[in-house]
Amino acid sequence: MLTIATGNKAVAAAIKEIRPDVVAAYPITPQTEIVEQIAEYVTSGELDSRYIPVESEHSAMAACIGASVTGARSFTATSSHGLFYMHEMVNWAAGGRLPIVMANVNRALGPGWNVWAEHTDSLQERDTGWLQVYVSTVQEAYDATLMAFRIAEHHDVLLPVMINLDGFTLSHIMQSLETVELGDFVPPINLPYAIDTASPRGYGTLTGPNDYFRFRWDMERSMRDSVAVIRETEDEFARRFGRSYGFTEDYHCDDADVVVVSMGTIGKEAEVAVDQLRREGMKAGSMRLRWLRPFPDLDLSGRDVVVIDRDYSFGFGGVLAQSLKAKCGVDPFSVIAGLGGQEVTYDDIASFVRDRRIGEEHWFGVSD
Amino acid sequence: MYEIRIHSRGGQGGVTAARLLALAAFRDGKYATACPFYGAERRGAPVVSFVRIDDHPIRVYSQIRSPDLVVVLDSSVMETVDVLQGLKEEGTVLINATHGMDVGGYRTYSIDLTGIALRENLVVAGSPILNTPVLGALAKMDIVSVESVTSAISEMFSDERNVKAAQAAFQELVI
Amino acid sequence: MTEIPKEEYILKCTSACAGCSSSLILRYVLKAAGEDTVLVIPACCTSVIQGIYPNTAMNVPIYNVAFAAAAACASGMSEAFAKAKKKTNVIVYAGDGGTVDIGIQALSGAFERNTNFLYICYDNEAYGNTGMQRSGSTPTGARTTTTPGGKMHAKKDLAGIVAAHNPPYLATACSAYPMDLFKKVKKALSIEGPKFIHVLAPCPPGWRYPSEQTIEVGKLAVKSGMWILYEREYGKVTINGPSKAAMIKPIPIEDYLSVQGRFKGITREAVDMLKSQAEKTAKHLKLEEEGIC
Repeated sequence: MLTIATGNKAVAAAIKEIRPDVVAAYPITPQTEIVEQIAEYVTSGELDSRYIPVESEHSAMAACIGASVTGARSFTATSSHGLFYMHEMVNWAAGGRLPIVMANVNRALGPGWNVWAEHTDSLQERDTGWLQVYVSTVQEAYDATLMAFRIAEHHDVLLPVMINLDGFTLSHIMQSLETVELGDFVPPINLPYAIDTASPRGYGTLTGPNDYFRFRWDMERSMRDSVAVIRETEDEFARRFGRSYGFTEDYHCDDADVVVVSMGTIGKEAEVAVDQLRREGMKAGSMRLRWLRPFPDLDLSGRDVVVIDRDYSFGFGGVLAQSLKAKCGVDPFSVIAGLGGQEVTYDDIASFVRDRRIGEEHWFGVSD
Repeated sequence: MYEIRIHSRGGQGGVTAARLLALAAFRDGKYATACPFYGAERRGAPVVSFVRIDDHPIRVYSQIRSPDLVVVLDSSVMETVDVLQGLKEEGTVLINATHGMDVGGYRTYSIDLTGIALRENLVVAGSPILNTPVLGALAKMDIVSVESVTSAISEMFSDERNVKAAQAAFQELVI
Repeated sequence: MTEIPKEEYILKCTSACAGCSSSLILRYVLKAAGEDTVLVIPACCTSVIQGIYPNTAMNVPIYNVAFAAAAACASGMSEAFAKAKKKTNVIVYAGDGGTVDIGIQALSGAFERNTNFLYICYDNEAYGNTGMQRSGSTPTGARTTTTPGGKMHAKKDLAGIVAAHNPPYLATACSAYPMDLFKKVKKALSIEGPKFIHVLAPCPPGWRYPSEQTIEVGKLAVKSGMWILYEREYGKVTINGPSKAAMIKPIPIEDYLSVQGRFKGITREAVDMLKSQAEKTAKHLKLEEEGIC
């Protein structure tokens, strides 16, 4: 059905279609609309899930873990401080190999209090063993949420998936949304080694270095295997529902001399900047990174790269810029922009490209 | 791309007006986005919302700087906010007011939305509802079709007084 | 007389200390609960006692979870089992640290939400797993590695905190009275909603008494009135037999304190404080039992 919805409502609509057994969540701006809408679906009977109104995000993830280990499908949503409050359990979910799905509405961190978009929250969770996808439209938020369950629950993966959408910029914008009849796109969950009182096992038992190390290696192998599962899932989604995505969304990259790399809604705004630059005669392109974990192989060789990081690792650099340096061997112009919801327009992005200083770092609006 | 900025006070329905307008444009077969600018605003504080309407998918997320149309649901915000900021030279202003106003030489339409809301008894918690009547005025201005306004309002609100108020505003606005 | 099932759910390969009362408590808990039971264990002595991967000494599924997360994890399990229409018992088995301190927020939330589960706190009155540091449950005057001069503050009233959530069933128990514990677990599991059992768990290395005296020390706690056995069913208090007797004719609390190294050198003031705390608790429970308050 074609309708219009906010990013938050789109995630909730996807959850209604996915029908998780358990949803445990705690409200936080700008995510609250997701859990309110799910609570509404459950109350009205449109969604037959158990909704646990937990008293904190730590408990939200703990409850999802408890539900998941019984073989149930579980979901939660959070943002920023909520994500950090559950950090311990975020690790536990991945280490426990539980295919939990979580929507994180990207928001800056206090102090001072700031409720607007920034990617530092989820980027600080990048080493936890969760798959991470960053979306840029209401439709993509919906589609990615549907796909997340199929990917997470695939036996070659069995790792949790985090869908990231920009606070307010995407969570609260209204755009068109085409909802789907899911059919059997996401098969029933079938968790191996789910709790079974007829076959008792110890979970998370005290584990010596050798076994522990082997478990970590298993996680990494699954992370690597998830690349194929993501491809296969997105291909099947495209076949059934007509929308295709990929690890990156490339816009005029093929013949580009300079490529803007970014994540989230800035990536869409960058396409408008590319149009503008192309009109000026510059061969510009935009590459919007969708999957941060697993990190894809990107071919950026032989051209200038301008990276926009809506995040920062103090004393180190923009996380995306440093990742591209390490993984792709490029020396980008690293722009730090959009922290705490700072506006970044296509005009701004076009000027980053025009005035690029390869190998340098630039804090938009505050440095120089 | 047609860009609209809506000025109101927190609680007056500016955000909902933006969403209704986007939905109506969408029902007209256009691409539309509606986004409120969220600050630390409180009930009664001046707020803005943005609507973009286009024949192509909209990839711009930043705030509207040079709107084609400025809608003012509460003229008292003009005392503290420059509602005309960035308005295109050939731009238009729609103001909720009991009398005709001339604003900075722009083509300006005035309509008593508050009066319409009160007449239709469209009052919630003591405040007249402005977000549905304003859609009727926007339809009269040909921003969206009157059919789509009716369907958008019915989709979001079950109370028929909302559609009636929009129809009254459609009749009342003099173009 | 109640028949205690012969089935053992803790196999004879735990890594518990000699004279560990917690293993004894868990053994009776599981005998009462039976095989259709899942244990949720936050960081505590039982994390270690159950054995090392790939082995486990437990013959029921046991889910180990982070320190502060037990009651919330159990909430998720309980709801998932309910969704799957399963009657499986969900039992949190947690130490005092994971209950009265770091886990109290999740505990409070789970009780407020009327989660269908049983929460058992085995209370050895200190952080035993990390080598006996003070907890909110350590009694006044007890020496721990972080209160080398004896704890200055009173033991937190955990049962009182839980009672404030009005659960349908709340009880106290002690490892020295396993039949009493067995019956209470049985009763708790027959009731829908959140249930709580607070079990005193004497600890030979922590309390510094010889391993073979675990039962004796537990009995002294009850006979001296330092630990009171009672039940609170839908708000109605019943003081159980051994504590009823102790209220009529208690032994001096010094008899309980003097067998434990942790109270060595305790000041007169601290002893008086312990006495007055015990008397106050007993008086309050008696009034509640009589329906006066």
